[in-house]
Amino acid sequence: MRGGQVAARAPVIQFTNCRILRGGTLLREDLWVRGGRILDPEKLFFEERRVADEQRDCGGCILAPGFIDVQINGGFGVDFSQASEDVGSGVALVARRILSHGVTSFCPTLVTSPLEVYHKVLPQIPVKSGGPHGAGVLGVHLEGPFISWEKRGAHPEAHLRSFEADAFQDVLATYGGLDNVRIVTLAPELGHSHEVIRELTALGICVSLGHSVADLGTAEEAVQSGATFITHLFNAMLPFHHRDPGIVGLLTSDRLPAGRRIFYGMIADGIHTNPAALRIAHRAHPKGLVLVTDAVPALGLGDGRHTLGQQEVEVDGLTAYVAGCSVESALEAASLHPAQLLGLEKCKGTLDFGADADFVVLDDSLHVRATYISGELVWQAEEARL
Amino acid sequence: MKLIILDNYSQASEWAAKYIRNRIIQFNPGPDKYFTLGLPTGLPRDHPESYHSFMWNNFFKHIDIHPENTHILDGNAADLQAECDVFEEKIKAAGGIELFVGGIGPDGHIAFNEPGSSLVSRTRVKTLAMDTILANARFFDGDLAKVPTMALTVGVGTVMDAREVMILITGAHKAFALYKAIEEGVNHMWTVSAFQQHPRTVFVCDEDATLELKVKTVKYFKGLMLVHNKLVDPLYSIKEKEIEKSQSSKKPYSD
Repeated sequence: MRGGQVAARAPVIQFTNCRILRGGTLLREDLWVRGGRILDPEKLFFEERRVADEQRDCGGCILAPGFIDVQINGGFGVDFSQASEDVGSGVALVARRILSHGVTSFCPTLVTSPLEVYHKVLPQIPVKSGGPHGAGVLGVHLEGPFISWEKRGAHPEAHLRSFEADAFQDVLATYGGLDNVRIVTLAPELGHSHEVIRELTALGICVSLGHSVADLGTAEEAVQSGATFITHLFNAMLPFHHRDPGIVGLLTSDRLPAGRRIFYGMIADGIHTNPAALRIAHRAHPKGLVLVTDAVPALGLGDGRHTLGQQEVEVDGLTAYVAGCSVESALEAASLHPAQLLGLEKCKGTLDFGADADFVVLDDSLHVRATYISGELVWQAEEARL
Repeated sequence: MKLIILDNYSQASEWAAKYIRNRIIQFNPGPDKYFTLGLPTGLPRDHPESYHSFMWNNFFKHIDIHPENTHILDGNAADLQAECDVFEEKIKAAGGIELFVGGIGPDGHIAFNEPGSSLVSRTRVKTLAMDTILANARFFDGDLAKVPTMALTVGVGTVMDAREVMILITGAHKAFALYKAIEEGVNHMWTVSAFQQHPRTVFVCDEDATLELKVKTVKYFKGLMLVHNKLVDPLYSIKEKEIEKSQSSKKPYSD
């Protein structure tokens, strides 16, 4: 699809008059794109002796890597946890609508559901590249059902599960298979969790800790077994306590395997977490922050009653903002860090040479003016002049 | 020679930039009339601090020059001497260098024409002096073993063939070299002194670089700044030049 020969003949586009996020800072540089990838203009100049085929003036805007949302339960009336005959259309609708929010890749998330739902829905959500049709699907995030009863939050009690004796087989039976699965959130204090974590990690699936009453020791062991993510830090877990920080303590734990970085999702809407708490977490471990929406089907719709999996949820206004860190940090938390979490940082979440050309054009207030996937304009604000 | 003395590095850089800009615009370049700008070259290509990277990041990426109109000596060429000879040919083919812009080393060298280089030398392979290797070490993590010991360089004679030469000298550590270059005789130990015999030379420097010059010299040239500043003020623009074309062009001041 993106072979070297074909790419070399593709047109070269030069995005000028912009600031790009590269190496953790905003640089006054042009962004060069060819064949759906970020191009090294120096090589083009000296080795191929070519100039750009087309120049696009970005009006002084910021160009950041496309956002990656690893926790989104649905939106615009679509609920990923509903077993319908045509889950694909729902995913496609959300994939298309989130382009206007600058999201170029996402993990559709399923909350705790009965077996039938997993068996029916999972096969209908394949991994898919993004494009004009919508953001790319990186794989499904299964949040539950192997979570703590005390910390189930909005998840339905009836469908919570713990691991049976042959834990991993139990997992396979519950989900009906792990194709298309990218992340699994579970509570590590459940018996047999370690073998499950190890098996999932061995399959390349990211294991996340959440909806749990685990203490720090249990959490650390889970990380040693392979867990790399924390689902919505602070929410649905024991609060930070100075004698046992619980899962929150992983941010500064010295008992993590060497070279391993723990990532933590945060819903930065100012409601799920007090901005001061968000800042504490960010200052303690800035490189692990991953911004997620944990959006519900009501995203983009008005107030009223909406479904979330097997439950109904009241919606009363929506707020969202990023609190207390530099623009560059915030942008990395929404793009680079989720890419690193999923091991995709060579091609997603960055504007380095060779990466997929998935990026967003932002004004100084970080409003999305345009979204690009593989170098192609897939969404543009009404008033944008690009 | 014109000696232009500015207060500091920024002002000297800005003056030089404006001068080059005015020169290019007054030359009235076009598709059939190229303005050939010469710059000193040196290091091998592969290194991150290579001249290619340096030229790209500091010059080429900021302008719309076509790659085919850039010629950089390739330190990785199979036959280095042939590479040098071809470079000389390319300069001839381009109609000669209109303006050569260079700096000066603390040992008074121009490009990599170290002390002892022939004043009529052409583009060639040159062994670098220890001083230069030490100065370049900062580009190679301070590891002397990594610093190239050879470089391809334009010769003193090559630069002398340019129709105009501009030398930029800033900083107190260059002061002695500047003194040797303009107040002493022509000497192959201070190769920049060769330009005393060039019909059109401009030396642009800051106060610190004049520290070894006679007070008399500095005062003389500072006194000429009123006249010299007419070279950069008014600052021409391409658009205005289109309008002025019909009017009779004023010759730029020359001594």
